[in-house]
Amino acid sequence: MPQITYREAIRHALAEELTRDPNVVVMGEEVAQFNGAYKVTDGLLATFGPTRIVDTPISEAGFIGLGVGASMLGIRPVMELMFWSFYSVAFDQILNNAANVRYMSGGQINCPIVIRGPANGGTNVGATHSHTPENVLANHPGVKVVVPATAYDAKGLLKSAIRDNDPVFFLENTILYGDKGEVPEAEYVIPLGKADVKRVGADLTIVTYGRCVIHSLKAAEVLEKDHGISVEVVDLRTIRPLDFDTVLASVKKTNRVLIVEEQKPFASVGTQLAYMIQREAFDHLDGPIHRLATIDAPAIYSPPVETEQLPNPARVIKAVLAAMA
Amino acid sequence: MSKKPSAIADTKSGAAVKATDYALAPINAALSSPQRIELYRTMIRIRRFEERSLRAYQGKNVSGGTNIGGFLHLYIGQEAVAVGCCSLMGKNDHVITAYRDHGHAIAVGMDTKPLMAELYGKITGCSKGKGGSMHYFAPDKNFWGGHGIVGGQIPLGTGLAYALKYQGKKGAAMAFMGDGAVNQGAVHEAYNLASLWNLPVVFVIENNGYSMGTSQARSSAGQLAKRAEGYNMTWGQCDGHDVYEVRALMDKHLTLAREQSRPSTVEIDTYRYRGHSVADPDNTYRTKTEIEEYRNKKDPIQVSLHKLLAEGVLTEALADKIDAEARAEAESAAEFADASPYPTPDDIQKDVYWESDHPAERKSEGRLFFD
Amino acid sequence: MAQFIDMPKLSDTMTVGTLVKWLKKEGDVINAGDMLAEVETDKATMELESFFAGTLLKIFSAAGAQVAIGDPLCAIGKPGEVVAAPAPKTAAPAVATPVAPPAPVAASANVPKPASLPAVPATAPLAPEPAPTVGRVRISPLARKLAAEKKIDVTLVNGSGPGGRIVRADILAAEKNPPATKAGSGSTFTGGALSSRGPVQEERLVPVSTMRGVIAKRMLESTTQIPYVYLDIEMDAGPLLALREQLNTGLEKEGVKLSVNDFILKACADALRRVPAVNASWEATHIRRHGAAHVAFAVAMEDGLITPVIRDAHLKSIFQISTEAKSLGKKAKEKKLVPAEFTGGTFCVSNLGMMGIPKFTAIINPPNAAILAVGTTVTKPVVKNGQIVVGQTLTVTLSCDHRVFDGAVGAQFLGALKTLLESPALLLV
Repeated sequence: MPQITYREAIRHALAEELTRDPNVVVMGEEVAQFNGAYKVTDGLLATFGPTRIVDTPISEAGFIGLGVGASMLGIRPVMELMFWSFYSVAFDQILNNAANVRYMSGGQINCPIVIRGPANGGTNVGATHSHTPENVLANHPGVKVVVPATAYDAKGLLKSAIRDNDPVFFLENTILYGDKGEVPEAEYVIPLGKADVKRVGADLTIVTYGRCVIHSLKAAEVLEKDHGISVEVVDLRTIRPLDFDTVLASVKKTNRVLIVEEQKPFASVGTQLAYMIQREAFDHLDGPIHRLATIDAPAIYSPPVETEQLPNPARVIKAVLAAMA
Repeated sequence: MSKKPSAIADTKSGAAVKATDYALAPINAALSSPQRIELYRTMIRIRRFEERSLRAYQGKNVSGGTNIGGFLHLYIGQEAVAVGCCSLMGKNDHVITAYRDHGHAIAVGMDTKPLMAELYGKITGCSKGKGGSMHYFAPDKNFWGGHGIVGGQIPLGTGLAYALKYQGKKGAAMAFMGDGAVNQGAVHEAYNLASLWNLPVVFVIENNGYSMGTSQARSSAGQLAKRAEGYNMTWGQCDGHDVYEVRALMDKHLTLAREQSRPSTVEIDTYRYRGHSVADPDNTYRTKTEIEEYRNKKDPIQVSLHKLLAEGVLTEALADKIDAEARAEAESAAEFADASPYPTPDDIQKDVYWESDHPAERKSEGRLFFD
Repeated sequence: MAQFIDMPKLSDTMTVGTLVKWLKKEGDVINAGDMLAEVETDKATMELESFFAGTLLKIFSAAGAQVAIGDPLCAIGKPGEVVAAPAPKTAAPAVATPVAPPAPVAASANVPKPASLPAVPATAPLAPEPAPTVGRVRISPLARKLAAEKKIDVTLVNGSGPGGRIVRADILAAEKNPPATKAGSGSTFTGGALSSRGPVQEERLVPVSTMRGVIAKRMLESTTQIPYVYLDIEMDAGPLLALREQLNTGLEKEGVKLSVNDFILKACADALRRVPAVNASWEATHIRRHGAAHVAFAVAMEDGLITPVIRDAHLKSIFQISTEAKSLGKKAKEKKLVPAEFTGGTFCVSNLGMMGIPKFTAIINPPNAAILAVGTTVTKPVVKNGQIVVGQTLTVTLSCDHRVFDGAVGAQFLGALKTLLESPALLLV
């Protein structure tokens, strides 16, 4: 099976869906002529032309609102945020309009938009460019939130996202763009709302998503080898809708939970998970639910220190040991 | 009030007479008598609906509870704008506006019963009671709301135009906003995109002189529609009291959009007799004299009535009949609303996701809702 | 830098002092040697002297406040210096632990100050709470569920989790070793004093019997509510042993064997007649002086001890006392004593001589005012007539209730006892 990068996987998904559905339009800053700020859309302009691959001015509220409006008439825009951090300048369009017009119209309208882009820290780009707003987005009924960790997941999930009739927010990671993984050439989709057990284990469940999956898998190797602890890693893949059944089954099996997330602690995705786990798996917990999050401060610039601020394999190992106490 | 003074002369009859008779404009001259009467009728229906909803808002229902909660932004005084613009819509033309949307809703042809029921929050409302006054929608009539955040609807309207162009349809989107919205960033972004990408949108500024309690003079630097020039768009301006005048100007801009796929901005000067919302103490920012002056001299319904009487299209008797019917219609709408049931708590989580409303076609898995 | 004046230790038994009144006020100029305040200790009211000169900047303890030793009272420094009240060093005033040492009058233990709590850093990781006190079992939800399913009593399970939390592993272990045994012991009990491997004993929880409970309660009451004085005296046991031998030889044919303790019981009764203040009981508003000497003696049993009483010992001969003591002792070991036989004593003798203990102190049985602890006879060098010779000594220790009689009276009693036992023929009269 060929090995392609996460970036390429996304590109292939875009290309396939652009081919499949003439209503799909890719839109964003530098997506066309520049071939993508992170080269995700590299080559698409040449293949699909400027009607399908559209460069926008720096105008997130404008072009995302435009995309939402167009989707009400049947266009399926896939809009790129160069950084998900920029969502805040388009907050009204994303979380008031896209999220709510179906509801406010009593179900007469739907907005089949996709907003995609990288949402991550760890690249020393500072506090305003390092947001991971999946918790903020997922808090809004009416939207869907996807955070893939691997090339295989990214491709299958993006295709589903584009085909989905509801607004889907697709959060990538600049650091993962270069990660290679096995991706079949034959077409496949991964349904939204389906988690994936990336590693089977017996002693403790790590519930995680995004780049933290990679950290957790690395940590799990060390924990097995050096500490004899068998860790199961559950990759949520989609935050909303949430495959909680997979999480539950894992917790009931191992009886110990560590949530690992690149999120500031307060009201993060993990906070919601912890409530649900203790609510639905209370009698199966052999210890409190632990959570490893980003250290609670704006993203620091200083490169080595930012690594420590975010979850990383060493911090995951420590957290697992603490959770096993 | 520091608005551009319009050339209006008082007459004994109290009707406003303009130097230019817009009835003669081709778009209006081509109207048949029934069509002219329909323009008048629609305005009167809007007026009576608004008055009836105000009465409902201020009163209580039979159980002693509230009929209408939240906001109620009345269109009284501005009827000619919505009616004039919407009367020009072709099958590929679309409309979107802000929260003062009752006039547009009626003007595009929505039935007043579900409109009133929506105000009452009943399940029979046009948005199933989920939107309220600010969120009327009728996709089948090319009407896309009804939006609460000032200026937020303008990028959406631009998107409607984008879709039309993308789909190769010859049509235009009319994106309405108030005089206060022109200062929102999103509006500027939309202007830029529309002009940059040659989108068939007409940005219509309904300038009623006040954004809530702040007059234009205190809100906006420079003339409102003229800002379009900064984005390479043409602009126009007219008074909004004469439905013919509105039609005459809008026709030009709609043609520009449809035929040449160019956006433009139109500023239509109008007036609202009631406050920003019904809860607005409007004596803080304007005088009763001012309101009276408009009511007496520039009321769009009066203007139209006098015109049609003069044209011989309407008789007083017919006008009275139309009025009576409009009142009856409004009353009937109120009765319908009153008698309708509310949504149940089970309805709260419907109409959130397309997928949760179409479970048989759902492709995703997992929990869409949480406790 | 301002100088803090802490509550000083003004007596060897003091743990807290009461600041009765300030002799200086804030702003006053203080010279070294000035008296700052009057402080009441457990013994007396003393004056607090300043060793520093300066201005009295700030008073931290108001008049009437009780302050632990080491806690700040005031600060002296340069005028205008800003001083903030430092955090008290002690969490609470230290309380002298009720240890009864085998030492003379009025000594009390030197109690170290309790360590102050360390400051919790703002971002300290969550530390497990200490295990809860009686009434709440710390257990994970899973372990609780498993315990319920397996019908294991969680109050008998040891928790290996943080803070003593019982976790699944503990329940599973308890399942292997059923609840009567503590979980996690693992090894099989090999038992026996001679076994060098294996646990010291079978680990288990022994329920507290009624007797043990009563003993515990009464001993605790006695040691905490009675102001003890301990007096011991060493006597020459030679004459006593000689008389005993003489009598036992003569009475052998009749099957009589007198013990040293019998003589001691008789001697105590006679000594009580000579120093009757010891034969009394504290009754708060009065002291009851007993007319009769009902002398009790401690008998060790399998799981406790009991004190059968020789009533009217002052009227009985050694032989009578001996017979009765034997009979009561037997009954005691068989747990056949009736309450009339072990209550009503006015004085008690506890003898560990047969166990080889040379000297010890005993705990008074309320409402007695004293108890005599009798040691073993020791062969050792003694001084007689200026010469070192081999002698046999016997040490007895009297525990006294200082409310009822003072040390001098106790000393008199022991003096009388010694006279009687060193001239034991007096007991026959």
